[in-house]
Amino acid sequence: CFAPFLCLRPPQIRVKPDRTGVVTDGVKHSMNPFCEIAVEEAVKLKEKKLVKEVVAVSCGPQQVQETIRTALAMGADRGIHVEVSGKDYETLGPLQVSKIFAALAKKEQADLIILGKQAIDDDCNQTGQMTAALLDWPQGTFASEVTLEADKLKVVREIDGGLETIKIKLPAVVTADLRLNTPRYATLPNIMKAKKKKIVNVKPADLGVDVSSRLEVLKVDEPPQRQSGVKVETVHDLVEKLKEAGRI
Amino acid sequence: MRLPIACFPLLVPHYNKHTTIVPIGGVCLNLRKMDQVLDLHQEDFDVTVEPGVTPKGLNSYLRDTGLWFPVDPGADASLCGMAATSASGTNAVRYGTMRGNVLNLEVVLADGTVLHTAGKGRRPRKTSAGYNLTNLFVGSEGTLGIITKATLRLFGIPESMVSAVCSFPSVQSAVDSTVQILQAGVPIARIEFLDDVMINACNRFNNLSYAVTPTLFLEFHGSSKSMEEQVSITEEITWDNGGSDFAWSEDEETRGRLWKARHDAWYAALALRPGCKAYSTDVCVPISRLPQIIVETKEDLIRNNITGPIAGHVGDGNFHCLIVLDPNDPDEVQRVHSFTERLARRALAMDGTCTGEHGIGLGKRALLREEVGLLAIEVMQGLKATLDPKNLMNPGKVL
Repeated sequence: CFAPFLCLRPPQIRVKPDRTGVVTDGVKHSMNPFCEIAVEEAVKLKEKKLVKEVVAVSCGPQQVQETIRTALAMGADRGIHVEVSGKDYETLGPLQVSKIFAALAKKEQADLIILGKQAIDDDCNQTGQMTAALLDWPQGTFASEVTLEADKLKVVREIDGGLETIKIKLPAVVTADLRLNTPRYATLPNIMKAKKKKIVNVKPADLGVDVSSRLEVLKVDEPPQRQSGVKVETVHDLVEKLKEAGRI
Repeated sequence: MRLPIACFPLLVPHYNKHTTIVPIGGVCLNLRKMDQVLDLHQEDFDVTVEPGVTPKGLNSYLRDTGLWFPVDPGADASLCGMAATSASGTNAVRYGTMRGNVLNLEVVLADGTVLHTAGKGRRPRKTSAGYNLTNLFVGSEGTLGIITKATLRLFGIPESMVSAVCSFPSVQSAVDSTVQILQAGVPIARIEFLDDVMINACNRFNNLSYAVTPTLFLEFHGSSKSMEEQVSITEEITWDNGGSDFAWSEDEETRGRLWKARHDAWYAALALRPGCKAYSTDVCVPISRLPQIIVETKEDLIRNNITGPIAGHVGDGNFHCLIVLDPNDPDEVQRVHSFTERLARRALAMDGTCTGEHGIGLGKRALLREEVGLLAIEVMQGLKATLDPKNLMNPGKVL
């Protein structure tokens, strides 16, 4: 089983002066919340003795090792750090990540890939689906409940109209939605123990994956600043102002 | 004209959410937007926070580190506010109250100067340097200065947590068990008492089915190996005291439901008499006097026809009567008022305190005098006069 992404957790997001992206230096990064839920689900499956081993995977620079360690502290057995840094990391998107995951899934002979439904910094909601497509595996996305039944997975999905229950064959890809579970906080003793668990370093090239992006970010802008309001004396003035602004 | 200042969040939300009481008018400061977690030092187990940070917010921030701040007053209050009111909670029996867990404070004094009570940036785990200014401000309820940063002691999240419930035939047997559990050296994390009226209210409010009889809710923290030992020693003690239906669980969901029932006690009590208001008492006595005070208090409640389910942190000798009353019934209001005075004096007579957690505020100023004596009050007044000669800071409170 795979998992987590590192995402931005800044108190306030600021756009870089050259408008090529958001400021990430010095900003606290932590595991994407939906990926925490994915890790929790994987660990729960292991605790119920339904899966043998949980492998935590993350793609990125040196920093992501901390995220993998958190996953190990939550109960994953070992980690794989796919090293992507610098310019490659800035342009790393769902397509490249899903190619990496697909390659790893084959290499590790994984039966189940669980990830968060989307990262909260880019809101793409694509990696799980793309990974399944590349592997030609069934997918259970927006999962709010996952039950293993022999060699099949029953997944309850959160959809616009309510809940949809599907049954898919393993191996499969599942993406975790908010209500799937409440992730545990890693205990201090487990964090200490996790330091002894192995994290293996791999490069995308070793997996035969080209991480160059086919997308180019043209610019990133902040949303328009909120203008201060205007006070008017009478209802007549209010109506005039609204007409002026083209609102009515 | 100098306006007095009251600081918000100050009082642990109890009457209603976010209320500051300003008897003579003045300026209320809302520091909620100062909400940064600063200077986390994982290996030193300390962190500094601004007033807008709450225990839930801090613990969420810390969750990748395996550390937490365990003082848990039930409401998700401001940590600096908790320092100002010397807050406590269900975990105090194991982790202490704010008094023991604040290492340093940044305080803005009445003249606008900024004080670092233990020295700027300092955070040793212990010190004997000079007067203990940090603890002067802890519990000062905003009367000596405004807390703008607090450096807090953190703890490791324990490997394992187990919760348990046990029913008892009497208040005496429940409290006796508490005393014996502590004497046995079990490092119990939470030990909460609910009387029969409280359990009944909780059952109705949360759709539970605990036996309607004095009950203890317990929680154990520690390594997985030590859990079994802690639980079995405790179970034996409860058994010896006539306890029954000892049930325990390590499962997070079950534990969550148990403690939600306890934290919902306020609302469960209110639900007993819809349309009424609730008023919580708060006294604390040496643990050995707890059986006597609770028994006498219950008799007082019954004699005076007052609805007062009891919930308490019996491990600290601290309990609350969650009195539900009709504020429009002057007779009932009077009866409740007299009851609370008697209760506070009962606690004082047993070498206890008129307030274990909730503070003095306005209502207990006279009781504070009785508790500490005239000389101590004069010393306190001297300190107040030195730090706030114009009486700007939350005037009329505490003294």
